[in-house]
Amino acid sequence: MSEPAPATPLRERAGRALADPFLQEALTIATTKFIGLRREAFGEFPEGEALRDRARAIKEATLQHLDQHLERLIDNVERRGGHVHYATSGEEAREVVLAIARRTRARMAVKSKSMATEEIHLNEALEAAGVTPVETDLGEYIIQLAHERPSHIIAPAIHKTKGQVAELFARELGRETQPDPEVLTRIARAELREKFLQADMGISGANFGVADTGTIVLVTNEGNGRMVTSLPRVHVAVMGVEKVIPSMTDLAVFLAILAKSATGQKLSVYTSLVNGPRRGGELEGPEEFHLVLLDNGRIGQVAGPLREALSCLRCGACLNVCPVYRQIGGHAYGYTYPGPIGILLTAMLNGAGAVKDLAHASSLCGACADACPVRIDIPRMLIELRREVGERRIAPWPERVAFGAFGRVLRRPVVYRLATRLGRVLQRPFVRRGSIRRLPLFLGDWTRTRDLPPIAARTFQERWAALEREGLS
Amino acid sequence: MVTCLADMFFPEVGEAIVRLLRRLGVAVEFPRGQTCCGLPLFNSGYHADAAAIARRTVALFEGAESVVVPSGSCAWMVKHEYPTLLTDPAERSAAERLAGRTHELSQFLVQRLGRRRFRSAVGGRLTYHDSCHLLRGLHESQSPRGLLGNLRGSEFVELPGADECCGFGGSFSVRLPEVSTAILATKLANVEATGADCVVACDAGCLMQMRGGLARRGSRVRAVHLAEVLGDPE
Repeated sequence: MSEPAPATPLRERAGRALADPFLQEALTIATTKFIGLRREAFGEFPEGEALRDRARAIKEATLQHLDQHLERLIDNVERRGGHVHYATSGEEAREVVLAIARRTRARMAVKSKSMATEEIHLNEALEAAGVTPVETDLGEYIIQLAHERPSHIIAPAIHKTKGQVAELFARELGRETQPDPEVLTRIARAELREKFLQADMGISGANFGVADTGTIVLVTNEGNGRMVTSLPRVHVAVMGVEKVIPSMTDLAVFLAILAKSATGQKLSVYTSLVNGPRRGGELEGPEEFHLVLLDNGRIGQVAGPLREALSCLRCGACLNVCPVYRQIGGHAYGYTYPGPIGILLTAMLNGAGAVKDLAHASSLCGACADACPVRIDIPRMLIELRREVGERRIAPWPERVAFGAFGRVLRRPVVYRLATRLGRVLQRPFVRRGSIRRLPLFLGDWTRTRDLPPIAARTFQERWAALEREGLS
Repeated sequence: MVTCLADMFFPEVGEAIVRLLRRLGVAVEFPRGQTCCGLPLFNSGYHADAAAIARRTVALFEGAESVVVPSGSCAWMVKHEYPTLLTDPAERSAAERLAGRTHELSQFLVQRLGRRRFRSAVGGRLTYHDSCHLLRGLHESQSPRGLLGNLRGSEFVELPGADECCGFGGSFSVRLPEVSTAILATKLANVEATGADCVVACDAGCLMQMRGGLARRGSRVRAVHLAEVLGDPE
């Protein structure tokens, strides 16, 4: 639907990622660091567990009356002089932003990091309309220079090593330097300072929208969010409808766990509260403020099987702990949102058909649900999606036939025992010194990299009679 | 309950459990007609088939006082998924009764029987891998560690990243075999770095994955089930 399907199969994309030594190095270092920092942050914060429950309860309660909270948010944003737009699809959201750009004659837009604008592919649309988008978050800036897409929800350039970034800056900016993060950051900062002053429009996402006050909250670390929302004459914030929270009291709960989950910080460096356009007597702030509320499949899930995923704070903790993400990185997933939560969001945005393979890109180890600040049961919903693609016959027919046969075998112990015996005969040519090292067909997918134990000469069930006698003696 | 992987691939684990329980004075019965708990069907989304398996498994174990399971994942299936799969009220309450009586082996030994001290049946240095369903599903990390830590004649060392998945994940291991193996490689490198002779697990799935990987890399380390290292009770 809204996002095109990747051109190559998942297994091939994953294989490419596994074979990329730079990606492997960068991923291991970054995710290991994030995991440690998160663990430390919650270790020093005994109230964290109760606050996670509280945060989830707030999200649940808000979803119960989402329409009322959104109405209050809209009223309060308008009361402060802002304009609110509602977009049911990515396309509508792009049109809203482009119309504002046309009307205000914007030529350049500076952007603060926003997954919602990635989701609607806003940059391409702006470029096509003659507006130059400039990403100002360092990670986003790097991937924009490289003509890539984010590979992590909060660390978009996590797949790049510092050496690769130095090469990129040399090639794209003509600045030869050592791969020193501090030097590289200084270069980016100087480049971006110019853009902030030239830009006509600032585009941001929103971590939260506070209904009571009409405040848009941005959680950032680099200060660029503040510049984006205050320097240009027009500010447009694109916010998923599920980001609305009732009050400032609730905000305090989320802020207490968000940065800890994301980067292990107690709080992010900047928490910006945006209260609409500049008012009389104020020295700074935009002349116009627009809030674009983005549905794009979200509302349909309020009463749908993916409802829980609407509580997501986009902290990225589930990506860092996911054994699959840690091996293949974000790009291999093939859509805007990577990682375990990304599979759910991709299904939400593009339908279950889009994730017929991705739903299986998980060992269901549960590390994601454990790390999630609002305890979203991601594995449960992955299983739900698998069920949906099976029942709607989107899953490949050989798989459905195989599982159907498997189910019938398991229902009949006689057939199960026969199948065991048959397997024992069929495996004979392949057993070498008590191990199977090579098998044909799909079973070769196991034995290419691992040995398989052969079916035992006598199964436990076949040994039971002797064991039973042993117990009687 | 023997579970399919232990029945077919690791019957010696089932035997070790029967003998261990008998030494502890437990009368062991084995209901005929067991196949699989249905977890592979459930995880792949074939829930009607999984429910049919659940129904017959619940009936098979109707008379048992306690049901001991060698795999954390199968124990999880019985305890947590059976009652939600079976929607008929009578079936559901039977499933709930079974759930309450079902125990993963280490939990049965420590929590139900209160037995913590055993001689080692293997000697040497041991380390422990947390299987995901036992750890995050049944919230169990201490019972196996307690048993291994008290083992007379073996040394127990912690495994770095013990709580990280081994990459098995049922059908995941053949759907994305390269990713599954890459996850396994990280696990086995950690295992080998401990200098352990055996890595112990409480799940036949993890054992199959780790044993297969260790054999392929020609490692001297063995992947064994908890039941295989527990010798005479003390």
